[in-house]
Amino acid sequence: MNTETELLVRTSEPPRLRVGRRLRELFHHREVLVNLIRKETKVKYKSSVLGVAWSMLNPVLYLAVFYVVFTFFLRSGISNFVVYLLAGIVPWTLFATGLQGATGSVVANGPLVTKVAFPREILPLSAIGAAVVNFGYQSLVLVAALLVFTYPFLGPALVLVPLALVVLLLFLTAVGLSTSAFNVRYRDTHHLVDLALLAWFWVTPIVYQGPKVVAENLGARALQLYLLNPLANVVLAFQRALYGGSSAEALSELPDPGIAWYAGRLGALGAVSILLLYVTWRAFYRMSGDFAEEL
Amino acid sequence: MAAAPAISIDAVSKRFRLYHERASSLKERVLRLRRTRAEEFWALRDVAFDVGEGETVGLIGANGSGKTTLLKIIGGILRPTAGRVTTRGRIAALLELGAGFHPELTGRENVYLNASILGLSKRETDRRFDDIVGFAELEPFIDNQVKHYSSGMFVRLGFAVAVHVDPEILLVDEVLAVGDEAFQRKCIARVRRFQEEGRTIVLVTHAVERVREICDRAVMLDGGRIRASGDVRDVLREFRVVLLQERAPFVRGEATQDIEVLGVALLDSEGRPVKRVRPAKPLSIQVDLKANRPVDDPVVSAALYDARDRLAYKVGTDWLEHALGRVEGTLRVTFELATMPFVSGRYHLTVGVHSRGLDKVYDWHDQRYAFDVDDSAGIEGQVWVPAKLRVEEL
Repeated sequence: MNTETELLVRTSEPPRLRVGRRLRELFHHREVLVNLIRKETKVKYKSSVLGVAWSMLNPVLYLAVFYVVFTFFLRSGISNFVVYLLAGIVPWTLFATGLQGATGSVVANGPLVTKVAFPREILPLSAIGAAVVNFGYQSLVLVAALLVFTYPFLGPALVLVPLALVVLLLFLTAVGLSTSAFNVRYRDTHHLVDLALLAWFWVTPIVYQGPKVVAENLGARALQLYLLNPLANVVLAFQRALYGGSSAEALSELPDPGIAWYAGRLGALGAVSILLLYVTWRAFYRMSGDFAEEL
Repeated sequence: MAAAPAISIDAVSKRFRLYHERASSLKERVLRLRRTRAEEFWALRDVAFDVGEGETVGLIGANGSGKTTLLKIIGGILRPTAGRVTTRGRIAALLELGAGFHPELTGRENVYLNASILGLSKRETDRRFDDIVGFAELEPFIDNQVKHYSSGMFVRLGFAVAVHVDPEILLVDEVLAVGDEAFQRKCIARVRRFQEEGRTIVLVTHAVERVREICDRAVMLDGGRIRASGDVRDVLREFRVVLLQERAPFVRGEATQDIEVLGVALLDSEGRPVKRVRPAKPLSIQVDLKANRPVDDPVVSAALYDARDRLAYKVGTDWLEHALGRVEGTLRVTFELATMPFVSGRYHLTVGVHSRGLDKVYDWHDQRYAFDVDDSAGIEGQVWVPAKLRVEEL
């Protein structure tokens, strides 16, 4: 049992976020987070015959559809389209499922919020955690594809993968915290998020060579604008790492052959995400005291 | 060292806004530009009291008096609108059993999930797991999905987890009223152990008997304010009076006041008012009535409740096969009880005037009167039986 006395004072003031202290509190509640992630993933696959296989079938099905469309109908002309597509769609799916899950997380766990006190951040974080687990399974499909095609993906560019993943998670958490809090007040926020994600998918270079197409058709300025999309940078980094590999032909589909170009952009995005995360986290923390009342 | 109180509630108020047509979606918000009117409702107003370490305090009050709101503020689920709550020690709030239970998960998985939400680590849960399952009496079903559980099993498992968390401060809302008689006894025993271990408990309940049984002190809320606070018996009496005058839920139907109880007196065999009665002595209950309008065939009843709120004895003019006929003006009805066959303790008297079959209640004084039975011999049990002793050689 805890020997030190936990002293808690609650007043009418909305709480101010003190990052270090709050992180310690969240760490203290890490088991709730782990259990909620486990719950999300288990519940998702219980009472289904295929279970976890669904996670892996999903990208395979996407792959089949997009492969047919872009190879036979639209003729994108991207070499090794399967690898290109997988390298982009797997991180994208992490972002999309994570954001959708996080947005609805507080409302979906309403009974818990109104009955038990625990750091509310845990709820969007657990939805994001579940998306990460799903991402793990889908990565297996990606790795399998690389191995089956004996694709030359090994190389120094692989360092971009963990970097891009961290930046993606920072950005996802920042956005997810705000949409989950907003969804408590305005319940149709999650519809809006679904719509936004649909549009977002098409301004991100997943099924087409975004930067190349934009630069050729709309010019260099439009390209700068296009590359302001955080997800474009994350997806491009994944593509540079896994699809770019050491193939000159593949590199020609990407905006820049150098690893530093991607790392630099990821660094900038990471810095912006941390700032954004601080702002949205503070807002979430302020609002979370009243979640129980709104639900 | 003067110990600081475990819970200190300082001038706490809580306002809720009730929106009639609040925009709950962005679409509505955009379509209806003018702001919607909100009605303010104060669930708590200037509530202040302390709970000492190791104390058990019962929070009572009618529905909507603010008990649960106060518990949620103490537990950190709601934020006060004004005032301050300070708590010392790890808190577990049991506002709902099985909070976070998921029907698709097994009992085992739900135990771990629920326990972590209530603040237990995995290792602590591992250690208590067998106890929890044993307490819930669910050993054969623990690996079944909870959706196949009966509601009783669900609640038992929820309670078992709840009582195995290890808080210094335990906040309990109505959850003790679950399960069958045997399970309830087990729950009470568990709460007693918590008390012996010196934990602080705040209990919200409707079950008056529970408060009397468990609590050191009671606080009664009425319309968000403290109406009475202190000795359990005094608070419970106040609770009865307030409930009866304002809401009267104990009475089947409203008291019409067609006949009014003017006064009730407890008299000994010489007709003197008494507060104390010795066992086996007679006691008269004298009820003075006034009919505000003529009533045909009313019934006067009197009932005695013991200190644990159990009905000990009941008598009525109908049971004595006496028809009062048409009652106009005033009337005095006296029940002459030949003996008081009870052991020592305080007894409360309820007097009611109603129609035959209780479909109409004219007036009802619920446990408004009290007297003590005083047995210097200190006999234990429930009834006092006159006994003689005979010893013979065989």
